[in-house]
This record gives sequence, C-alpha cells and structure tokens, in this order.
Amino acid sequence: MSAALLIDIILWGSVAAVGFIAFQRGRTVLTTSLREGAMDFVNIVPRIALGVIGSGYIAAIIPQEVITGWLGPNSGWLGVLTAVIAGAATPGGPVVGFSIGAVALKAGGGPPQVIAYVVAWALFAFQRVMLWEIPFMPARFVWFRAAVSVPFPFLAAAIAMAIGKP
Amino acid sequence: MIVIGALVAVSAALVYRRDGIDGVTEILTHDLSLFGGILPRVLAGCLLGAFIAEILPHEKVSRSLGPNSGLKGLLIGTAFGAILPGGPFTAYPVASALLAVGADFGATIAMVVSWTLIGYGRAVAWEIPIMGTDFTLWRIVISLPLPVLAGALGRFVYVRIYPKGEAE
Repeated sequence: MSAALLIDIILWGSVAAVGFIAFQRGRTVLTTSLREGAMDFVNIVPRIALGVIGSGYIAAIIPQEVITGWLGPNSGWLGVLTAVIAGAATPGGPVVGFSIGAVALKAGGGPPQVIAYVVAWALFAFQRVMLWEIPFMPARFVWFRAAVSVPFPFLAAAIAMAIGKP
Repeated sequence: MIVIGALVAVSAALVYRRDGIDGVTEILTHDLSLFGGILPRVLAGCLLGAFIAEILPHEKVSRSLGPNSGLKGLLIGTAFGAILPGGPFTAYPVASALLAVGADFGATIAMVVSWTLIGYGRAVAWEIPIMGTDFTLWRIVISLPLPVLAGALGRFVYVRIYPKGEAE
C-alpha cells in the first residue's frame, strides 16, 4: 500500500469520525458544519488552482544551481544564512524543496547547511506562506508565526553542528 | 492573489520564450494532474476544519490550548500537529479552527510548526524518497524541540505586543 493512499485513508477516516460526532450532536450541527466546510472549499479552490498550476512556472524559471551553489561544508554560518534565505525563496511544492536539498547534499553541501535549508523552507517558504497560509488563516497570525520562526533554522543548524549528524 | 497571478503570467511567458509551447503545456499538464489529485484532500481538510470548529467545546479548548495553558498547551499543540494527517489543506484550516475556538497564538504556532517539521505526512511521502532515510530521521530528531520553543517564543512576544490580549 502506498504512503499516499494510507494518508488518504487516515484523512478521510478522521473526517468520518468527527462527522459522526457532529451527527450525534444533532442534525443541525452536522448540516451547519457541512455547509461551512463546503463554503470554505469553494472559496479556496480558485486560490489553490492558481498556486498549484502557477508554482510549476515559477519553479521552472529559477535556476537551481543558484540555490545549490553556496551551501558547501566550509561555508559556515554564512552558508547557513544563505541556506535560510534560499529556503525562504524556494518556490514550488515538496518535490522542488526536497529535490534542491538532495542535489545540494550530493553536490557537496554541508549537512548543517542543508538542514537549515530544509527547515527554513518548511517553516517559511515565501510562496507557501502567500498561497497556502494566508487563504486559510488570519493574516495577522500567519505573519506573526513566520516572524517567530526565523531563529529556528539557525538553531537546527547549530544542533546539527553540535551533534555532528547527519 | 493579483500579485501571484501576475508573477505566474510573467513566469509562464518566460518559460514560453525559453522552451516554446511544449514547455508550457508540459508544466500545465503536470500541475493540472497534481491539482486534480489534491482536490479531494482539500475538501477533506475543509470538512475536518469545519467539524472540529463545530464539535470542540470552546471552554475546554481555551483551557487546554489558551494563553494560560502553559507548557502543557504547547506540548498538546505539538502532539496534535505531529499526528494530524494530510497536507497544508488539512493543517491550515484546522489551525484556523483552533484559533477561532480559543487556542492562543503560542499553542497554534506549536501545532503548525510541529506539523511542518515533525509531521509524518510530508516526511513519508516526499522527504524519505528524495532525501534518504538517514538524513530525514536526523532532521526530524533535530527538529523535535523546535515546535515547543517556537510556541513559547510566540507566546512570549505576543503578550508584549498585545498586552491587553487584543481581540481578533
């Protein structure tokens, strides 16, 4: 069984479980939440369409070697800083971010720098913040969360340097 | 939305100039199939968020994830983010629902950060196949303390920016 299928099963299982709880609370609770969920869906689909279909084009015009060039093992904290900025600037979905990380690692990037890159990209990739977080959550929360997250790729790199892994 | 739309249009034009119409259609077909694949999950995420917002008792959420929930609230947020299934289309509506029913910024930050950094969904589906198991596991081990720290920092900063606990 593929991981994606397993995740889908867990996901829809959770929906069914909370839906059943809502049903037990009464018919109105069920219909209200169904209507609200459907409205959210309708509002969000156009934005996601733009994000998913558009990100391929944005990723295609950013030369990957620019991102991977500056992350060597001797690049130290400057390399970590570069990695964090590169992570924030990397467009596209999970394939793009991890692929660049994998290329950087294979091309001789230092593990702490690549960790910083992956963590920064996971925490505050600019395009994801704009396309995914802002539509779903209050903008004030999103900016606050991104700002608070800034120190953590550096901390992750420091831990990686301290323990000498991976 | 408009900025992104313009950015996409410019990028598509550049791809067209570089690779011709084939490059443009290749990316379009690939992204369209990706889009079709995630649509059902987007629906599931929206429904999950709506149900959770409706059935979670507000007082209980504000007690266990609210501004006064302490370290325990941050740990609950972290655990919740780590086990939450699905992609951004699940995590963000659920986070939004938690905020709406009384969780504070700190606990919600812990949840979102935990979901991105130690959630198994992305690690299993993408990171292990692309980056390798060794790197991924160490990356996750290193990331373990970060959600709680991020949530604590968020809470620390929040009460200083909004000392009166400003409403939404």
